[in-house]
Amino acid sequence: MRGTWIHSRWTLPTVGVLALLLPVVVTSSYFVHVLVLAVIFSILTLSLNLLTGYSGLLSLGHQAFFAIGAYISALLATRLYVPFWAGLVLGGLGAMVGGYFISRITLRLREAYFVIATIAFSNIIGLVALNWIDLTQGPMGITGVPVPSVFGFEADTPVKAYYMALLLLAFALLVCRRLLDSDVGRSMIAMREFENLAKVVGIDTRRYAIIAYSVSAMLAGLAGAFYAHYMKFLSPDVFAFDIMVNVVVMMLAGGMGTLTGPVLGAFIFTVVPEALRFSNEYRLVLLALTIILLVRFLPQGIWGLVVHRVNKVERLVEPGTKVVVAGKRRETGA
Amino acid sequence: MELVSQTTMNGLIIGGTYALTAIGMTLIFGFMQLVNFAHGELYMLGAYFTFTYVVMGKMPFWIGFPLALITVFVLAYILDVVLLRPLRNQDILIRMLTTIGLMLLFQNLALLIWGPVPQRVPSPISGESIEFLGLRVAPLHLLVTAAALVVILAAHYVMQHTRMGMAMRATFQDREVAAAMGIPVNRFYGLTFAFGAVLAAAGGGLLSMIFLVTPTMGVLASSKAFTVVILGGLGSFLGAITGGMIIGLAEAFGATYLWADYKDAIAFVILLAILMLKPNGLFGKASGVE
Repeated sequence: MRGTWIHSRWTLPTVGVLALLLPVVVTSSYFVHVLVLAVIFSILTLSLNLLTGYSGLLSLGHQAFFAIGAYISALLATRLYVPFWAGLVLGGLGAMVGGYFISRITLRLREAYFVIATIAFSNIIGLVALNWIDLTQGPMGITGVPVPSVFGFEADTPVKAYYMALLLLAFALLVCRRLLDSDVGRSMIAMREFENLAKVVGIDTRRYAIIAYSVSAMLAGLAGAFYAHYMKFLSPDVFAFDIMVNVVVMMLAGGMGTLTGPVLGAFIFTVVPEALRFSNEYRLVLLALTIILLVRFLPQGIWGLVVHRVNKVERLVEPGTKVVVAGKRRETGA
Repeated sequence: MELVSQTTMNGLIIGGTYALTAIGMTLIFGFMQLVNFAHGELYMLGAYFTFTYVVMGKMPFWIGFPLALITVFVLAYILDVVLLRPLRNQDILIRMLTTIGLMLLFQNLALLIWGPVPQRVPSPISGESIEFLGLRVAPLHLLVTAAALVVILAAHYVMQHTRMGMAMRATFQDREVAAAMGIPVNRFYGLTFAFGAVLAAAGGGLLSMIFLVTPTMGVLASSKAFTVVILGGLGSFLGAITGGMIIGLAEAFGATYLWADYKDAIAFVILLAILMLKPNGLFGKASGVE
């Protein structure tokens, strides 16, 4: 799989430079705002993908970690005047601790049971955020959350916030890359493909899955903390199942089990609906149809398709090297 | 003391309706091994089709309600053929995501078709409260609970004592052997899915006279049904009834004596406790647990 443009060492720097130049091309501050949201959703989608794309465990309660990070950071900033960077770190750590405890319980379960348990947890946490009015101000939400600022650099315009969010995205990508290149990543893939075999050869899949889940929760928490400060307002709406469905579509459309795919998916599904100005009802109908059609006809996602097309030439050279097992997704590191 | 017995009565009535929505799910989830996140939406469609025939079409309830069930049956059978059959041997993740897509699709189509304003189906009988076992109950509530029990028992009879039910059970016990014995397994997958959908729609249609009909009414119904099915045990009708009653009572007492704000959290807490402590439920066999 070497020698194509996908694996060229120039690809990543090129994409990075393009991302940095984007606000120069896009002059409308509203569209820069949409780009900031796309970056935040990229981090959240990467976080879900780290768990679901590699270990096959679908968490449909992942927005709870986004919300935990957001609430911790927003409350620390508005009640105790904790600076943004400390709130961000504590929000991420808080979500990670939450992820650790929840995964210790839920990772005893598999498949549907796991999914249902994650939904149950996020619903309970959401009800607490809605009803513990003394702390969270309930449905009124927390107003006046200070804008993100690090060492005197205030992200008070969308362009500045965009660069700060990109930095966070780069960090998230780095964390994912490092984790996937470690024992944890390999164990997760082993768990997705042949869990019992992995256990037989002595891999403690549960332990690795807990680590992956906690790190995934941390990334979601960081995204949430940044979101709360960027929007300057936070309400229990962040627990909405719609957000989760959006993130699932972004992950699926981009390509599960890759690092490029989720970012691509998040950008497409944040920017395109805004650009086409769909009304909300039609947007959700289209989103629903997208999920159904994607899993049926393009389960490897857009990026998976690109990788497949680009690599096709090489595959023809050695027709004997068939790596697809039972129709599952195989691309792991693109 | 009167509060205790009144709360018990309310809990049992709500529990009966939970049991009704849960038996369809126990069929689809327990027998077919299909995690149907759109189950609550089939319940919602049952309510809306009943509303369409009875209120908009001005039919009597006794005609409009069965018509709604037939509509949902046909719709569900088509769904199985078009969407679920091609994915039957796919990864469980793919099938779950498909039903999540369906859930979202139905919710938003319902919003487009029937609008966001909550609707209600008028009761065919008068609403004066009557004395029943020394407690005040609306006759409508008694009727709905009785109807729910009749539907549950009928479904149980079909599954356990008819040739069709036997063929359904055989199909899900061993597809290959059932096919070798001449059972058209594909048709029975579709029929079972449609049967489960009709049971959900029956719940929605009956409750449309008590609760408001909204496009998102299925969301809580789904999560309650999951709770009841897992509590009672997959594929167990007795479990669905017992589970429904337990959840109904727990919610009624929780809302009366603890915090009303957290009423909807009670089912989720019970769900998590069951998954942790006794994942095969009260009357079921384990599956999907490490």
